[in-house]
Amino acid sequence: MQASPNPELSVKVNAPAGAATTRENAASIPMRMRISKLNFYYGTKQILFDISMGIADKRVTALIGPSGCGKSTLLRILNRMHETVSTSRLEGEVLLDQQNILAQDVTALRRRVGMVFQRPNPFPKSIFENIAYGPRINGFKGPIADVVEKSLRNAALWDEVKDHLHKSAYELSGGQQQRLCIARALAVEPEVLLLDEPCSALDPISTAKIEELLVELKNLTTLAIVTHNMQQAARVSDFTAFVLTGQVIEFNPTPQLFTTPTDPRTEAYITGRFG
Amino acid sequence: MERHFEKDLNELKERLLWMGSLAERAVHQAVHAVLDSDEQLAKRVLDEEDAINELQLEIDDRVVQLLALHQLMAVDLRFVLAVSRINNDLERIGDQAVNVAQGALRILRHPRVKPYVDLPRMTELVEEQVRSALNAVVRRDVELAQKVMANDDQVDHYRDQIFRELLTYMMGDSSLVFPAFELILVAKNLERIGDHATNIAEDVIYIVQGLDIRHPSIDRR
Amino acid sequence: MSARLRWRKFVSNFMLTMTGVCAVVSVAILFLILGYLVVNGGKSINWAFFTQLPKPVGEVGGGMANAIVGSAKLLLVASLIGVPVGFLGGVYLAEFSGAKVASVVRYAADLLNGVPSIVIGIFAYSMAVLPFKQFSTLAGSFALGLMMIPITLRSTEEFLGAVPRMLREGAMALGASKWKTISTVIVPAAYRGILTAILLALARVAGETAPLLFTALGNRYWSPGWGQPTASLPVMIYNYALSPYEDWHRQAWAAGLVLLGLILIINILARTILSRGIAVPRG
Repeated sequence: MQASPNPELSVKVNAPAGAATTRENAASIPMRMRISKLNFYYGTKQILFDISMGIADKRVTALIGPSGCGKSTLLRILNRMHETVSTSRLEGEVLLDQQNILAQDVTALRRRVGMVFQRPNPFPKSIFENIAYGPRINGFKGPIADVVEKSLRNAALWDEVKDHLHKSAYELSGGQQQRLCIARALAVEPEVLLLDEPCSALDPISTAKIEELLVELKNLTTLAIVTHNMQQAARVSDFTAFVLTGQVIEFNPTPQLFTTPTDPRTEAYITGRFG
Repeated sequence: MERHFEKDLNELKERLLWMGSLAERAVHQAVHAVLDSDEQLAKRVLDEEDAINELQLEIDDRVVQLLALHQLMAVDLRFVLAVSRINNDLERIGDQAVNVAQGALRILRHPRVKPYVDLPRMTELVEEQVRSALNAVVRRDVELAQKVMANDDQVDHYRDQIFRELLTYMMGDSSLVFPAFELILVAKNLERIGDHATNIAEDVIYIVQGLDIRHPSIDRR
Repeated sequence: MSARLRWRKFVSNFMLTMTGVCAVVSVAILFLILGYLVVNGGKSINWAFFTQLPKPVGEVGGGMANAIVGSAKLLLVASLIGVPVGFLGGVYLAEFSGAKVASVVRYAADLLNGVPSIVIGIFAYSMAVLPFKQFSTLAGSFALGLMMIPITLRSTEEFLGAVPRMLREGAMALGASKWKTISTVIVPAAYRGILTAILLALARVAGETAPLLFTALGNRYWSPGWGQPTASLPVMIYNYALSPYEDWHRQAWAAGLVLLGLILIINILARTILSRGIAVPRG
């Protein structure tokens, strides 16, 4: 299409570029991680039932659902943090790049699949040492200061702390501490980054900053986020899974799930008519 | 702080303006098909109708997504809602242009009823209305929008004049009824296009000032 | 106001006053002891006390230099025995706190803490003196070290446990093994508390007398190396106080003052370190 036929329109209107529609073709996005027929138990109590879904490559996948539905439990399985509880038992398959994560060395897996927690948990060390920790314990021998700077830039924190790298991490505000934790996780260059309600302890402005950061981070890594705030999932994610009492009720591209969900329970939840 | 939905808002605006320029072109080509008895021009309008309708569907799809996914507030919310309405008006303008083009094709088969005097004036005004309305959207120009709304009366006046004149011709010579009637329909279509341009101008006021000035006779204070 | 109400008010005020009085009495006792020591021992504190050896029986003068050095040597080796065992044991309890073995260890440590010091002394005698047919500094340190273990162990466990679980998870999520997490994150976070615990354990055993009676025994002279009997402040106080000599009584008071001063300093130091702030802010 050519430019506007009428030169008197004061704004030069060109034929718009880009996709004719924003609805991505879900079938064409590869899945970085794949969960198949996952059943999970704490002792005899079953928490997750027959879960099958994917985590899309270089996209944000959100897990939403009411409190206690099992979404955090599901997220923690992805980097095997569930193993910190001795009674946990898992059936089924979880694949990262087609390899079963349960068959790998767990510390190597956790370098590839990082995690950011609900409340910021920086170590009682300096900002620099916090970021350097991950690479160091994984045997990194190169110029560590470069890694620290790159990670802090990727987490949109560098400008705020570049002159205070040796101050204690606890002197940062809550939002900054959480970005520090994100930078710390990014320092080991994970293939997947898991975020468990990363903004729930933060004020709205810090939350907005981190949401924008997450959208940027898609260029670097695959992201999976658990959030109890479904508007956040709507704003930020590309795929959403609705979890209810341990089951994935619906897993679809976000625009579709929030405009025309396929399951009435999903619709009841997102319209607030739940329960 | 730039939010990532701003990109989506900009894309929406781009598509709306593109649709506007297509609608404008359709009107221009359709009226000149009538004035210049140009069959090619009329056919081109009919060919290009689909593009406008496709854009309407796409824009509505984007509007739904923007509203569902991003909790838009204030001017962003008003803008998106207004886009939805302007979308409809532009599609109607496109429809009316098609009607005019089809009328042109039918008029072509008859000799000219009379020299066109008022019709060119009316078409010029209507084209100006559409152009100004779209400019007002782009520039969020309230004054321009108000000018468009004020000129609507003049558009109606031209239509009435053309009606009366052609009526006289029809009553005088029954062989002229067919083409004269078609011309009356063209004038009516043009007046409708003018109305849609006025609707768009009202939406600009809504976006900028948050005032809903449709039906001013109803006092909602 | 009714008589009943008046009675209740009286009882309430009386009891509250009594609690205040008892609190004051508790503090007063400490100051009484200090006062006694200062008054009776202060005048005997002189340079000679710290630098000279004890004079032969009957002679006036001399000091307790060998006892001071002896106590220092005993505490040094006792730390080398008690601290690593207690610390690492505490790490085990903190990490595997759910295991059945852990509760057994905990219980045993508490029992060991309650064993009378003289019994520890007899045990150390049979383990470290009899086989070598020799009283020694090492034997004394062994006894004192044993006493330091349960204190260090339980305190280490407590301070490590106080480190928020979130830190542990944060380290593990970065690919740290269990041991790396403990050594590079948990222990550094708890180091103030652990250091305090060690100092308090030291202060506790610095004044123990009974275990030293059958192990380090005592010495009128310097004790070379680690394999010989050695003088120590508590034992010197014991011996001198029971003697008929006035001069020795004075020196005993002085020794008591020095010992108490040492213990007070350690305690104050420990609390200062702890109050500088827990390394990890709560919540």
